[in-house]
Amino acid sequence: MGLTYQSTGITSRENFNITCISNEPVIALAGNPNTGKSTLFNALTGLRQHTGNWPGKTVLQSKGTYIYNTRKYLVVDLPGTYSLLANSVEEEVARDFICFAKPEVTIVVVDSTCMERNLNMVLQVMEITSNVIVCLNLIDEARRKKIQIDTEKLSRTLGIPVIPTAARNKEGIEELMNTTNKLISGQIKPRPNLVKYDKKLEDAILHLESKIKPLLGDELSTRWIALRLLDRDTKLISALEDFYDKHKILEMSKEVMA
Amino acid sequence: MSSPIRQLLDEAAKSCPNQNEVRDNIVKSIYSSAENITSNTQYVEDKKSTDWSRKIDNILTSPIWGFPIMLALLTTVFWITIAGANVPSSMLATGLFWIEDRLTEVFMALNAPGWLRGFLVTGVYRSLAWVVSVMLPPMAIFFPIFTLLEDLGYLPRVAFNMDRFFKKAGAHGKQALTMSMGFGCNAAGIISCRIIESPRERLIAILTNNFVPCNGRFPILIALATIFIGGSVAASISSIIATLTVAGLVVFGITITLFISWLLSKTLLKGVPSSFTLELPPYRKPKIGEVIVRSILDRTIFVLTRAMIIAAPAGGIVWIMANTMVGDTSLLAAFASWLNPFAQLMGMDGFILTAFILGLPANEIVFPILIMSYISGSGMLELSSLEALRHLLVDENGWTWLTALCTMVFALCHWPCGTTLYTIQKEQHSWYWTFLAIAIPTAVGIVTCMIINLLAKGFGLV
Repeated sequence: MGLTYQSTGITSRENFNITCISNEPVIALAGNPNTGKSTLFNALTGLRQHTGNWPGKTVLQSKGTYIYNTRKYLVVDLPGTYSLLANSVEEEVARDFICFAKPEVTIVVVDSTCMERNLNMVLQVMEITSNVIVCLNLIDEARRKKIQIDTEKLSRTLGIPVIPTAARNKEGIEELMNTTNKLISGQIKPRPNLVKYDKKLEDAILHLESKIKPLLGDELSTRWIALRLLDRDTKLISALEDFYDKHKILEMSKEVMA
Repeated sequence: MSSPIRQLLDEAAKSCPNQNEVRDNIVKSIYSSAENITSNTQYVEDKKSTDWSRKIDNILTSPIWGFPIMLALLTTVFWITIAGANVPSSMLATGLFWIEDRLTEVFMALNAPGWLRGFLVTGVYRSLAWVVSVMLPPMAIFFPIFTLLEDLGYLPRVAFNMDRFFKKAGAHGKQALTMSMGFGCNAAGIISCRIIESPRERLIAILTNNFVPCNGRFPILIALATIFIGGSVAASISSIIATLTVAGLVVFGITITLFISWLLSKTLLKGVPSSFTLELPPYRKPKIGEVIVRSILDRTIFVLTRAMIIAAPAGGIVWIMANTMVGDTSLLAAFASWLNPFAQLMGMDGFILTAFILGLPANEIVFPILIMSYISGSGMLELSSLEALRHLLVDENGWTWLTALCTMVFALCHWPCGTTLYTIQKEQHSWYWTFLAIAIPTAVGIVTCMIINLLAKGFGLV
């Protein structure tokens, strides 16, 4: 068989302490701090990681598994961040994981009671990967505060599945698992409507993308990498260089085998 | 030669030379998208409930009321713990020591050798019984209440109140949160210091985390405050006085935390405090059943198991030390009397200091070890209530309120437990900082105890 997708480490999952057992899909939980990510993590995995009502509770990345329809899923609880523009260690961890470990699905946990601020994070994750599900958590609290959210319309506008949940009461968890399953098996194909920037920036993105593709392939989102390069995100450079080296080896081995 | 990736970066710089403009543009576009989507898909009927939450915040975090409310809450929690733990504590003690008598009878009936009975029953079992009866009730009351406050969303308000003090001390406001974690367990508090990004401020938070009493040390404070400080006044106000003592010690610990943070930021860890945004999360109705179950399972049982696992062998070792003779004194007594002159200067005695040293693996076992060492030195066989404990300490070993106070202060300020030290070493990978984490609180403890002792004796208060 020679070099396979995983043995070259191109997914870099080893770097994140994720050992890939056969075809166990990886699900990442991202989102703003204090949106109930850890509670959702517990609801999904049945683990009893301590949750608390204050931002920054999860400093360690926790992992757990659940079984749905006889299939086993690995869930990774990423640190809570307000954005992915990498101003802090947590943001870097979360971003690198979504970008390089390439989880099969990234669930962005959103606090339904302050959706606007949380959507910033959703929009940024959508730029990295199209396999995104929005989990409108704390929907019970939103109802109590008389906030109504048109989830259908939100889903259409974003171009990705939106599932309302109240993780504390296990409400909507089943549906979230079901949607995750459908997305992985290809029954749902999200088509994220990405943020449009002004003409000058869009032109620059297009130009850069044409240079990135030959170098890195289309394993990663070229649009997002172009944006980060334009933003002079130097922290991403070394990670990208690492990825580039591995990509080159893989390409060469493909040629040899052909 | 620059890598192809670097060349891409240069390319990007060429096409958009103004970096700030790019960043502004990106952020603005994302924010306005989020705003648009929200206004198209969300309908808010009334805004009253958010106002309600804000009104509470204005009181809880007000410059005038914030602190008194915080202190009042802290004191109430301690009061409930102390007043509520008394009865179950003595019931547990009675029950467990009744079992000890039966165990002794079994050993007698089996004609087991005396040393085996001594080691297992007087050594291992008795320390276990003490750990359970002294520590279980306060923990089973304190942790659920504390977890309720945490789930309610009160901790970030505490952090908000404390923020300006930590800023003034040259430390990070988030240290208030890591400090709160330390109330549960200092090792957990050290790990939570990762939320502080600046390495300088993180080190300050790590080095001072030990100044708040953890699970393992609260029971010492509560037991001693109940027996000595509360016990020396009229019964009607005794639990209130004991409560105020514990609350006072915690406030003292926080003051020391701030003072040492300030000292560190002026000397070893110079720098300007970085600012951060602290989000005040909404108040959430805690799931009371879940909180009680989780805090009892996760915290109480965890601490108790840890204490028992370490206390059982430690009890055995203490028994061996107390029964191994060197000349005409036991090994334990010899060691204690060697430490005694120094311990006396700090208002304690050699046995107390020995217990703190032997308690390095876990603070939970300091008190059981102490009791063990006293018992093995005396001919006392029965120890079945808090009253008996008081008798053992006061009449047989000459404790005064000053001894109790100095022991409590030293429990608050001494080297961190083994687990915490291991965590610090793992987080910082530096023997230097681990050493400082031992030296700083120990020095503070020694100096404070000596001052208290000198003042009390100088003014003839004892």
